Amino acid sequence: MIRVLNSECLEIRTSEDVVAVRQAVRKKAVALGFGLVDQTKVVTASSELARNTLDHGGGGTARLEILENDRRSGLRLIFEDQGPGIANIEQALTDGYTSGHGMGLGLGGSKRLSDEFEIESQPGAGTRVSIVRWR
Amino acid sequence: MEATHSKLAQIFEKREQEIAQSWLDRQAAGTRRMSPAEQHEAVRQSREFLLTLRNAIQSGGTESTAGPAWMPVREFLTSFSTARAKGGFTPTETASFIFSLKQPLFEALRKEIGADAEALANETWRATELLDSLGLYTSEAFQKTREDTIARQQAELLELSTPVVQLWEGVLALPLIGTLDSSRTQVVMQNLLDAIVKTRSDFAIIDITGVPVVDTLVAQHLLKTVAAARLMGAECLISGIRPQIAQTIIHLGVDLAGVITKATLADAFAIAMKKMGFAVVRESKEQKNKTAAEA
Amino acid sequence: MDRIPILKMGEYLLITIQVDMHDKLAITLQNDLTEQIVRYKSKGILIDISALEIVDSFIGRMLGIIASMSRLLDAETVVVGMQPAVAITLVELGMSLKGIRTALNVEKGMAVLRSSLGEARYYSDSSSEF
Repeated sequence: MIRVLNSECLEIRTSEDVVAVRQAVRKKAVALGFGLVDQTKVVTASSELARNTLDHGGGGTARLEILENDRRSGLRLIFEDQGPGIANIEQALTDGYTSGHGMGLGLGGSKRLSDEFEIESQPGAGTRVSIVRWR
Repeated sequence: MEATHSKLAQIFEKREQEIAQSWLDRQAAGTRRMSPAEQHEAVRQSREFLLTLRNAIQSGGTESTAGPAWMPVREFLTSFSTARAKGGFTPTETASFIFSLKQPLFEALRKEIGADAEALANETWRATELLDSLGLYTSEAFQKTREDTIARQQAELLELSTPVVQLWEGVLALPLIGTLDSSRTQVVMQNLLDAIVKTRSDFAIIDITGVPVVDTLVAQHLLKTVAAARLMGAECLISGIRPQIAQTIIHLGVDLAGVITKATLADAFAIAMKKMGFAVVRESKEQKNKTAAEA
Repeated sequence: MDRIPILKMGEYLLITIQVDMHDKLAITLQNDLTEQIVRYKSKGILIDISALEIVDSFIGRMLGIIASMSRLLDAETVVVGMQPAVAITLVELGMSLKGIRTALNVEKGMAVLRSSLGEARYYSDSSSEF
């Protein structure tokens, strides 16, 4: 049974907000006792997704939740925007690194850096990406 | 329902002495021989438990043991199980602490409300459910302690089994022994990369002579380690590739392109030295005599 | 901070990235860099990222752009000081930073630049001062 112990919501409207999200995630990861590598992974994933939200979603929100399961604690990050949405999610996830525009590594990379990854997106209906990293 | 709740607590209060005594006797029968100190502790724990249990029934009812009123009982059972687990008791011996309370309790119930068959049946059932739930909780807590111990020991083992050795200034060796799974690779990578920073090494030789199985996953882990070291400016060589491993790697279609691989650690070391511009030269007889004379 | 300082070290330029990069800062850096490479006829760029605890695809792209731009202007780029946790994460992220040379620290980075330039020099001018 998963319990949400704590929840914090941040706005993503500017480049500085992306930095703020990273710092907030780092703080929570440290508080949860994540090792350095795990911290780096979850903070990097949050940076990717926050940037996506800003660049492709036209801005949105990041929700940081501390989770508790019977045996362990974790950090869940939910990124939401009301942007144009993604037409082909499969493709967005498997796209390799592309210089310039395009999602590049954002989605696929975040998935690889996380223990759990969920995405909901429809053209014209915005995007919602949720990742979890367990301690 | 209120009337029947308080009945259980009432009975505990009224017949505490006889329930406790009967219970202790049954506990002794169900566990291995205990030292006098352990026996003394068991008596103390039993009294404490009965008191805590009685309070919980009075304030929280018997419907469920998950509520806040039952927290003291749960906490007691958790520390009890942990202590028993560490004391070398078996799971059964630990859970029997709870289950052996059934008979004394039923006996007390029968004496109190034996005349009313229906009431006796209801109370007995309620008591059974309650004790079963607590017994299971005790078992689970016991399990968790065991699992925590195993996890801790595994972590220690992991630390011990990935030493990084400096062969020469600028050359590190990482002799891997055993299976390479995801969690181990993580520790291995970190140790190696930290060592590269600390020793300012240019080369790292990963020797897999002691790795019994190399499948796609292991190969991927190795390649990730090589890639990470490269990002930090160090070159990795892989040595200890046995003939069978070489065949497996080709058949799996793993691409070890760009990674220097050698059959032995010695060969890999020689390559690293050469790349750093070192040459090993054998002294001639005259030089040897001269050096010996100077010493 | 509104621009990243660029330090001239002989034929090389040294950039130390210590703050969280955002778009404007990255573009300003690229502009300043190209301008200085041309002005000082620099042959090598050293980018010190030892203070960066996070390198995401944005920074990765920026490093790639800097390397490509510099190459067009006849300068080689070496990225130095990547932290172990960052290296592990980048590999997991799938970013290879292909075409970008790396070194453990500034000192080793300069050695890399010297040796590669030495090779190039050998072919173009035999009276090299190396």
